[in-house]
Amino acid sequence: MGLSLRGLSKAYVNPQKSPSMEVLHALDLEIETGSFVSIIGPSGCGKSTICNLLAGIELPDTGEIILDGEAIQGTLGNVGYMPQKDLLLPWRTLLENVLLGCEILHKDKRKAQVEAKEWLNQFGLAPFSEHYPHQLSGGMRQRGALLRTILFGKKTLLLDEPFGALDALTRREMQRWLLKIWNRTRHTVLLITHDIDEAILLSDRVVVLSQRPARIIHEFIIPFPHPRDPEELLLSSDALEFKRQLLKLLIP
Amino acid sequence: MGWLKWKGIPSLLFFLFLLGVWQIVITAAQVPLWLLPAPTQIVNALWETRQLIWMHTLTTLVETTVGFTLAVVLSLITAGAMILSPWIKRLLYPFLIISQTVPLIAIAPLLILWLGYGLLPKIMIVIIVCYFPVTISLIEGLELTDIDLLNLLRSMGASRWQMFYMVRWPHALPSFFAGLKIAATYSVMGAVIAEWLGSSSGLGVYLTRSSHSFLTDRVFAAIFTITALSFLYYALITILARLALPWIHSKNQDTIE
Repeated sequence: MGLSLRGLSKAYVNPQKSPSMEVLHALDLEIETGSFVSIIGPSGCGKSTICNLLAGIELPDTGEIILDGEAIQGTLGNVGYMPQKDLLLPWRTLLENVLLGCEILHKDKRKAQVEAKEWLNQFGLAPFSEHYPHQLSGGMRQRGALLRTILFGKKTLLLDEPFGALDALTRREMQRWLLKIWNRTRHTVLLITHDIDEAILLSDRVVVLSQRPARIIHEFIIPFPHPRDPEELLLSSDALEFKRQLLKLLIP
Repeated sequence: MGWLKWKGIPSLLFFLFLLGVWQIVITAAQVPLWLLPAPTQIVNALWETRQLIWMHTLTTLVETTVGFTLAVVLSLITAGAMILSPWIKRLLYPFLIISQTVPLIAIAPLLILWLGYGLLPKIMIVIIVCYFPVTISLIEGLELTDIDLLNLLRSMGASRWQMFYMVRWPHALPSFFAGLKIAATYSVMGAVIAEWLGSSSGLGVYLTRSSHSFLTDRVFAAIFTITALSFLYYALITILARLALPWIHSKNQDTIE
């Protein structure tokens, strides 16, 4: 059980250039239920295509995406998808924003609100639930976006560079915070990232992709047990060794 | 909120200053009334003919309100249709542009010729004047929605209708209200021009009659009333926009960093 990508290929046809641009070529990836897997790779390697395929916005040319035994390619609403931009709706308060998924799925409103308020409390956002997004800091908006993704109610989360737009310090804070949240919820997570530290700190497994067309060039099992201590972990010699190897693969 | 009350003070003082200069120059130079009246003489004309002005204002008020409302309804229908179907948009868009480029001064006499001297041709002209800014602003607001937002909702399995009322519509509202503000001020001008070209009642009629009789103080009284009416509409739309767009209004409050 879990999420598996089997032989996924995707090419984009560009009318100006005759050979179409192949972004993914027969990509295979298994993600066990409840595990945290990161994908890391050079920019333009087709990470956002993987996201769009998993979210169901685009269809693969060949291959399948299997979630808990069912093929889901091309179908929408199977995973919680969090893009890099927070994409909170400016005309909705934070509370209304995190309830967006429940509204789309026509869930019971009162029950969803009670649940949302509980989560806002845990996320440290309760005092801001009636604020509009532009009144919140970047970190708060991103936490709101993650809460919206969690409240969508799917066991699988797809996080596409969720902290990529934040400044370095806030990003660090958010990574530690995400680690805490994940320890509690144990979602199946596929994280797409550029940040080597982020990948090592959060993941059970790190998958390194090649340049276009993307294929897996290496996989690291990150063996540190949960719950993890961020400060200790990132400075340990094991983590530094992973970092060295990852850097070598990404910047040859 | 306190500073909102103070924001208008400098321009009000400046306005009073200009009126003062006007008054002094007219009195000092002994400019005849029929050439240019002093502010006090205009106020006097306003007061003396207040019942007459009120009667004419009511006519103009009916024309603009009915015309404006119908134009907005028409805009909502056509903009909605054009957003839902690109084919309808290709069909109607040229006519939308034409509705704005055809000279009003040429259309108005024709409408009066066809529809008589009553309210109907005036309402038609107000519709023609208001329709364009409202429809264009509505279409632009509906079309320029962030594609990432729409993709996010799509990934959650939202229907077309959900995407429309959760994203497209609220996104279009600020631009829609900007169009309404323009249309509201245009509507009074449209009605006055239509009345001017042929009518028995309305501020445009009061204006022409006063002008033909060289009652310049009354002309200015009419100008004042027309301006006040336009301003009233503008203020009304602004208040409505505040109520409908609470997230924009809240931008005045402090941001948490």
